[in-house]
Formats: sequence, C-alpha cells, structure tokens
Amino acid sequence: MIPVSWYLTLSAILFCIGMYGFLTRRNVIIMFLCIELMLNAANLNFVAFSHYLTDLRGQVFTFFIIAVAASEAAIGLGIVVALYRNRQTVYSDEINELKG
Amino acid sequence: MLAKFIFLYCALVIITTALLAVRFRNPVHSVLAVLVLFFHMAGLYLLLNAEFLAAVQIIVYAGAILVLYLFVVFLVNLRQEINIERFVANHNISIGISFLVFVMLMVGSRSFILGTHGKWTIDAIREVTHTKALGTEIFTSYILPFEIVALVLLVAVIGGILLAKQEGQGAVADRQERSGPLTEEERK
Repeated sequence: MIPVSWYLTLSAILFCIGMYGFLTRRNVIIMFLCIELMLNAANLNFVAFSHYLTDLRGQVFTFFIIAVAASEAAIGLGIVVALYRNRQTVYSDEINELKG
Repeated sequence: MLAKFIFLYCALVIITTALLAVRFRNPVHSVLAVLVLFFHMAGLYLLLNAEFLAAVQIIVYAGAILVLYLFVVFLVNLRQEINIERFVANHNISIGISFLVFVMLMVGSRSFILGTHGKWTIDAIREVTHTKALGTEIFTSYILPFEIVALVLLVAVIGGILLAKQEGQGAVADRQERSGPLTEEERK
C-alpha cells in the first residue's frame, strides 16, 4: 500500500514545476501548458484522496476539472491566436499595452 | 511492492518530463513532453483504481487538449523561438517563489490527517464496475454541477469561435459566394 503522503509530495512537486514554468517562460502557449500541469497536480490530489477516503466525490470533481480545463484551453488558445493576429507576438513581456 | 515500484517509475517520469517541458526551447518538444506526462498520470490513476478517469485523461487531455495546443503552436510557429531567450528577465525570483510554495505545501501536508471514510470501498466499486459507480454519483448527487459544466463547455465553444474568428471573414465569405456559379447576367 502506497502511503498517501507520496501522492501529496508528487502533486506538490508537479504543482511547483508548473508554477515555475508559468512564472518564468516568456511564451504564452507554454504558460498555458504550465497551467495544465498545475491542474493535473490538483487532479492527482483529488483522485488520491478519493481512493484513500473510499469516496467517489473526488473523482467526480476531477471529471469536472478536466471539462473546465478543456474549455480553458479552447478559450486561452483562442486568445493567443487573436493576440498573434493583432500583435504578431506571443511573448508575455512584449505585451505591455496596459502597463502604467 | 510492485505498486510502489510502478508509482516510483511514474513519479520519476512525471517529474522529469515536467521539468523538460519547462526547459525545452522548442514549444513542440514541450508539448510532446507533456504528452508523455499525461500518459504516466493516467498510469497513476489506474494505480488508484480510477479506470474511467484514466481513460478520460488519455482521451480528453492527451487526445484533445494537447492536439489543440499543437495546432496553435504550429499556427503561431515562430522560428526565432529557438534562438532567443526563453525565460523572462528576472527568473531567479520566480524559482525562489515556487520553491517557497513547495516548502509551504510540504510543511502543510505533514499535519494532514485523513477524514471520515465514504461508502465506495474498492470492493463496492468492483461489484458495480467503476464507470457505473462514477456515473451513478454524477447523475444523482451531482446532476446540477454536471449541467453547469455543460453550460461552461457551450460558452467555451462560442467564445473560442468568436475569439479566433478573423476580422473581415464576412467579406471573404461574400466573395467566395459570388465567385460560385455565374449568374445569367455575368455569363453574357
């Protein structure tokens, strides 16, 4: 039996790698990809808890998170395409129109 | 013992591919690394007796979402990405922040105690199969969130089309319609 803390540790590591990528990469597409990594870390936690608590609620929640992640990817990538069409760039530090 | 070995293998691959996805210069390579990561995540779901979610993970994440990412990477493909700086200017601070968050999460999870157990033990799930058990939960206790998720997906479809639509697309469609079969007047 794998202890639940192993899943928690793996999930924390994955979340922090995703956060690191989101904060450091310049490419907006890779930043979105890092959001998916963070969502996956949360999903792993939900499924692990669902297994160890013998309750299906966590897995239902994971199901919903996957649906929301799909819509987030569709909208986010639509924004990236619109951004590239208008500004010819996908780099987050070159998009500074609203910077004071 | 075997379960621990499989977990360690999956964990190692997940961490390696996540780091590679963040570090790769070429966005296509990053997306492919995340693809490998999602497959091993599905393996972990199988280890946790969540077969349906493992299938959904592969079908939706690896099959749909990542293909969408690949399409956009190809659409917006920038040759100069391989030559220019891929990180923002002061990224050492970000490394510090994410490490701090990791330490906080680890310290927080040390004091974690599992709560009360539910009714879906492994034997109970095995009796009715996992997909049926999950379906029963979704369509009885969680029918309202399910409908809301359907609405969210509808909004995402409409929003994606609206955002990615070209500005003068109506004009293009008009032109294409007019260049169809010639009318009687044009033929003369």
